[in-house]
Amino acid sequence: MPTNPAGANAPATVVIEPSRALAGLGLAEIWAYRELLYFLVWRDIKVRYKQTVLGAIWAILQPLLTAVVFTLFFGRLAGIPSDGLPYPVFSYAGLLVWTFFAQAVTQAAVSLVSSANLISKVYFPRALVPMASIFGGLVDLAIAFPLLGVFMLAYHVPAAATFGWFPVFLLLAVATALGVGLWLSAITLEYRDVRYVVPFIVQLWLFVSPVIYPSSTVVPRLRALGLPDWLLGLNPMAGVVEGFRWSLLGTPSPPLGVMVGSAVVSVLVLISGALYFHRVERSFADVI
Amino acid sequence: MSAPAIRSELLSKRYRLGERRPFKSLRESLSGAFRRPLAGRRHREHIWALDAVSFEIAEGEAVGVIGRNGAGKSTLLKVLSRITQPTSGRAEVRGRIGSLLEVGTGFHPELTGRENISLNGAILGMKRAEIAAKFDEIVDFAGVERFIDTPVKRFSSGMYLRLAFAVAAHLEPEILLVDEVLAVGDLAFQKKCLGRMKSVSREGRTVLFVSHNLAAIRSLCSRALLLQDGRLEAAGPADEVIERYLRDAAAGAASAVELPRPAGADTAVGISLRFTAEDGQPRTEFRLNEPWRIRFDFECLREADHVIAGVGICALEGVPITTLYSRPARLLPGAYSVEFTVDLPLAHCDLQFVAGLTTNQRSVYYQEGLGHVSIIEAATGEQPVSARSGFLLSAARPEIVPIPDDGRRASRAGRGPTP
Repeated sequence: MPTNPAGANAPATVVIEPSRALAGLGLAEIWAYRELLYFLVWRDIKVRYKQTVLGAIWAILQPLLTAVVFTLFFGRLAGIPSDGLPYPVFSYAGLLVWTFFAQAVTQAAVSLVSSANLISKVYFPRALVPMASIFGGLVDLAIAFPLLGVFMLAYHVPAAATFGWFPVFLLLAVATALGVGLWLSAITLEYRDVRYVVPFIVQLWLFVSPVIYPSSTVVPRLRALGLPDWLLGLNPMAGVVEGFRWSLLGTPSPPLGVMVGSAVVSVLVLISGALYFHRVERSFADVI
Repeated sequence: MSAPAIRSELLSKRYRLGERRPFKSLRESLSGAFRRPLAGRRHREHIWALDAVSFEIAEGEAVGVIGRNGAGKSTLLKVLSRITQPTSGRAEVRGRIGSLLEVGTGFHPELTGRENISLNGAILGMKRAEIAAKFDEIVDFAGVERFIDTPVKRFSSGMYLRLAFAVAAHLEPEILLVDEVLAVGDLAFQKKCLGRMKSVSREGRTVLFVSHNLAAIRSLCSRALLLQDGRLEAAGPADEVIERYLRDAAAGAASAVELPRPAGADTAVGISLRFTAEDGQPRTEFRLNEPWRIRFDFECLREADHVIAGVGICALEGVPITTLYSRPARLLPGAYSVEFTVDLPLAHCDLQFVAGLTTNQRSVYYQEGLGHVSIIEAATGEQPVSARSGFLLSAARPEIVPIPDDGRRASRAGRGPTP
């Protein structure tokens, strides 16, 4: 069979054939479509803030009000410890990254289903759709972030020297959200009843993550039971939330076992999510 | 001789049959696995929507794709535009593909016209710089300058459509795939679309055009592909392939047509169209002036208000002749039927049909190119009509009378006032 002479000006040839089982992740293609990703994020944000009374303020109100309620009930009334920090600062910092994760994952889960029209009509790497939900959540995070500075000033919490680590934990948060988002969006597309379970899962997840309480209250009890630290790290959000607070507020560094465990699980979730997504995306247009 | 723009080798696509609902629920899948762990994949029927289709399309060629509903036309476009993967076989496509599978894809009602142009352009594969450069041209083509900063949800459906088509039409792909866009919009706009497609093909770009409108294919395409049951039945000069299609259609006419059930339909779907004579006997040929009936069965999937069932009668070339409507009704879920009596003075001609359902003036089901009915001359040979004399036959047959002498003079005198 003659091969195509790929001259300098010849248009690119696309070969259409059934894809093999493990034919990479299609990362190059996602990069080639990065402008579309930008537009999808832009659309999500524009639409989200267009017809709401509070607009972007909502992005701040959500973690703020939750922090107020948590402070009142968990900090004051229940007297839950907060690693020696004022409880409002402690909980707002954790809620910042938690709200990002919860929102991003919930939206990513239904993203493919609500883009059914797009997927059945136009070709583009399908992973862009849940990715757009995750990156859209980052914008909310950026809007709510400055308020943490206000909290720190008000409660005289100095910025931590470990601030250089912050990007690492932000990246880890994005990786976790993306991994979970890829899994959930692909599963929701095939099994439509999953979407109703997602908000519930996310809610339970909040209570097993050290958002309300520091992991320093849990670890000693684990050890007393003869269990290893990394058991807590099986929850990738444990490391992310603790890392956020450690790098921003300088809380006592959480046990290495928790951090390493979480980081490893995050990366595993992301890789497995990407593999699973890529394996099933070829049939998306047929199941929609 | 350059390489072909599209080369398809034994392209095949298999779909599972019997799964009416396009999606499953996890709960059912799990409980099903417990109840009959061995039933697994046994009784699974398949359908080959595309069955070893091979063809080549040269660069700059305009090719029409014709065939009955379910012949695989849309599947072919979907595979070529990479929306869905083939089950086996391969295709090579040289150059950027632009598909007009449905215009307005990705339009968001809350965004303004301006914002939707950017978004839609990006979805269709345009770069940001490209969109910016063509922006004015697109707005101009669509004729929506005054409303460009209004959310498109406030657009009329005509404006919406024009804007959507304008973006798609300015994509300037090397290969353009078009599926039935011309069925929508007013006449002036359809002309505009056809004109745009002509200019695209004149500019040396490749066009693949799926339509039931054979007249449009004849005027636009030099070659055509005929698909039947997923197989490539004929390929060649458009006129010849269309002739062949019409011959096949007449030979294979059935008095009952099962209607396609599109995935995602959630309000109402058609079941069948049946053609019968007045005595209820199923037929596909009726004599001139003989009344006959069309029975349209459909299913209402949920309670719906103001439902109207309609059957359009079209010439075989896709030109609409008339549409018959039912009375509006408020319907609960269930199966329904409506029978239309056709007492139109149809001339000797071949007909195909459109079935549609609307609720509250919103179309919820629309299928065209259905069935095949022939109106044939009575054996007496009394009627001097031929296929070229139009679709309607007037019953009035006035006598031919001689013009009297003075009358002839008057008509020769022309415009002057008569004394």
